[in-house]
Amino acid sequence: MRIDHSDWLPGGNGPPVKITARAVNVYYGAKQALNDIGLDIESNRVTALIGPSGCGKSTFLRCLNRMNDTIDICRIEGRIALDGEDIYDKVIDTVQLRARVGMVFQKPNPFPKSIFDNIAYGPRIHGLAQRGPEMDEIVQSSLERAGLWNEVKDRLKEPGTGLSGGQQQRLCIARAIAVSPEVILMDEPCSALDPIATAHIEELIDELRENYTIVIVTHNMQQAARVSQKTAFFHLGNMVEYNDTEEIFTNPRDERTQGYITGRFG
Amino acid sequence: MQSTILIAVIMGLTLVGYLLGRSRAVAVAGGRLSHLHSIPSYHGFFVAIWAGLPAFLLLAVWSCFQDQLIASLAMAGLPDTVRQADAQSLTLIKTNILNIAHGIATGSEPEPSLREAAATYNQLQSLAGFCLLALGSALALAGIVHARRQISMDMRARNRVERMLSIGLVLCSLVAILTTVGIVLSLLFEAIQFFSRVPITDFLFGLHWNPQAAFSGDAAGSFGAVPLFTGTLLITVIAMLVAVPIGLMAAIYMSEYATPGARAVAKPVLEILAGIPTVVYGFFAALTMAPAMQVLGSGLGFDVSSQSAMAAGLVMGIMIIPFVSSLSDDVINAVPQALRDGSYGLGATKSETIREIVLPAALPGIVGAVMLAISRAIGETMIVAMAAGLSANLTANPFAAVTTVTVQIASTIRGDQEFDSPKTLSVFGLGLVLFVVTLILNVVALRVVQKYREKYD
Repeated sequence: MRIDHSDWLPGGNGPPVKITARAVNVYYGAKQALNDIGLDIESNRVTALIGPSGCGKSTFLRCLNRMNDTIDICRIEGRIALDGEDIYDKVIDTVQLRARVGMVFQKPNPFPKSIFDNIAYGPRIHGLAQRGPEMDEIVQSSLERAGLWNEVKDRLKEPGTGLSGGQQQRLCIARAIAVSPEVILMDEPCSALDPIATAHIEELIDELRENYTIVIVTHNMQQAARVSQKTAFFHLGNMVEYNDTEEIFTNPRDERTQGYITGRFG
Repeated sequence: MQSTILIAVIMGLTLVGYLLGRSRAVAVAGGRLSHLHSIPSYHGFFVAIWAGLPAFLLLAVWSCFQDQLIASLAMAGLPDTVRQADAQSLTLIKTNILNIAHGIATGSEPEPSLREAAATYNQLQSLAGFCLLALGSALALAGIVHARRQISMDMRARNRVERMLSIGLVLCSLVAILTTVGIVLSLLFEAIQFFSRVPITDFLFGLHWNPQAAFSGDAAGSFGAVPLFTGTLLITVIAMLVAVPIGLMAAIYMSEYATPGARAVAKPVLEILAGIPTVVYGFFAALTMAPAMQVLGSGLGFDVSSQSAMAAGLVMGIMIIPFVSSLSDDVINAVPQALRDGSYGLGATKSETIREIVLPAALPGIVGAVMLAISRAIGETMIVAMAAGLSANLTANPFAAVTTVTVQIASTIRGDQEFDSPKTLSVFGLGLVLFVVTLILNVVALRVVQKYREKYD
């Protein structure tokens, strides 16, 4: 697939595009981690990023909400636009950007606070609500959407770290939902979970697609096939192939993609 | 002299024993080293232990009893008339004999009987020395022979050596524990003696501290320690008000904001502050800070004495900053990066993340650091003695001269003292209070740290 670098603003037919990346190069010090990446992430779809370890898929994910800014030696070239607006523009505030583009991490990382405060943290710092019924409403609806409400509604005051691994990860998803983002980035959200908890999260991702645009990095190709509509295959810092998930898994155009999904390397 | 030679001999024999044991094991194995139960060096250690340990034990026991035994033997040779004397004069005579024996001039010409006893003493001493040398060397040699004979293919040398090692380690930790227990007990008994003369309630709740007055009259009324406790509290509070905010902010800067380069410079520099002797801080406080306080105070219309709690507290606070900052820096660094990422991922700013996530997660460690700093401040003596004075004023005014528990202990105990006057004994009462307070603080600090450790992860 050819990438047209002049195609800056999303447009044309087909589903609306949420995020556009063009000519993205990322360097850690002198080492180049990503090489001329360009892709369009469609609205209200699940886009899976797959590829062997160290191929740059997590790095690319972290570019989408500027999490790489926290790494001193990381340098980014190229342009990434959210709804047509360059997120690396000087006028963009990372605080607002990350409120619009939430993130769920590989290892569940609940804050050492109560379950309630874990969810309330984001809305509070963004001034969406203070204490009171308004906040209770946000906490409840976030937990409900993350499918955790029934399990924790009687123990909201207990520490979030006391939950099981799968519950913790759903708590982290609820925490991300609570600030009403438009995009949710998930960095191998199930790799620390058992198969039952994984099934739970996958179901949840499918439901969330209705309201959010989701980008998920995964090592598990069955998972990519199950939850995503679009899949991008990364290899050695290059994006080898990007297409509908069904196409990628049934009819890969590139030899390397075929090798990876059939398990011949990676 | 002989015991020095003996120590050298035993150490030499221990080394020889090790080499002999190892070579014996190699010889026994006859080229099939892997068939030995233990590798040769364990056999070496086994023989070395047999060579060294019994001989050293003999040396230790012998030197405990040698002097007493020989002295009483020498005394036994004295005429009956002298030996009939009461216990006190006997001790005096014994001291005289020892003085003569060691060639220390006693002033007057000694009696012939004493001189004779001294000669006997010296004779016995050198005889005993040679006996010890001979016996010790023989014991070491016998140990080598005995142990070497036991070496065989199946001898479990490794297990025996490991066992001896673990016994040795247990003994070492016992020494540390027993010493502490001994110190506490001696503190306790002397304190009880003090409290039999001065009622404990008068001591703990009395408002008047003037130990000098105890010589001229009423002992009970002059040992009210409350002014010392309030003085300690006042200075500690001032020191903490300086050290905790500055130290904590410095720690946050170093762990969250500083570039690696700045951190590499700032952290060692701060830790150098901890290495400055407190005496140096003390004269800085007395010669620079206290006059500065006076100038500042008079400028603001206060009456500031030349020695003040403020000067001592401020300098002590500066001294404690590296404690707080270094320990807090460590605990802040130990907060997992994942928590910070989680917070940034929700759109939190750096200061929000630090305030809401990092500091609460690090709080137990920070509390522990502060507790340790408080016990350090309570125990500090030199700065207070130099900059805050010796007068036990009951006041909350930071610009007045106050004194602390530790300063009173130091100033009472220096110089020659009778050890049964209430003034001297009061030191043990103060020491006990100090010990109990710092113990409680340390226990609480450890508890807090342990209870909340691993809360994340």
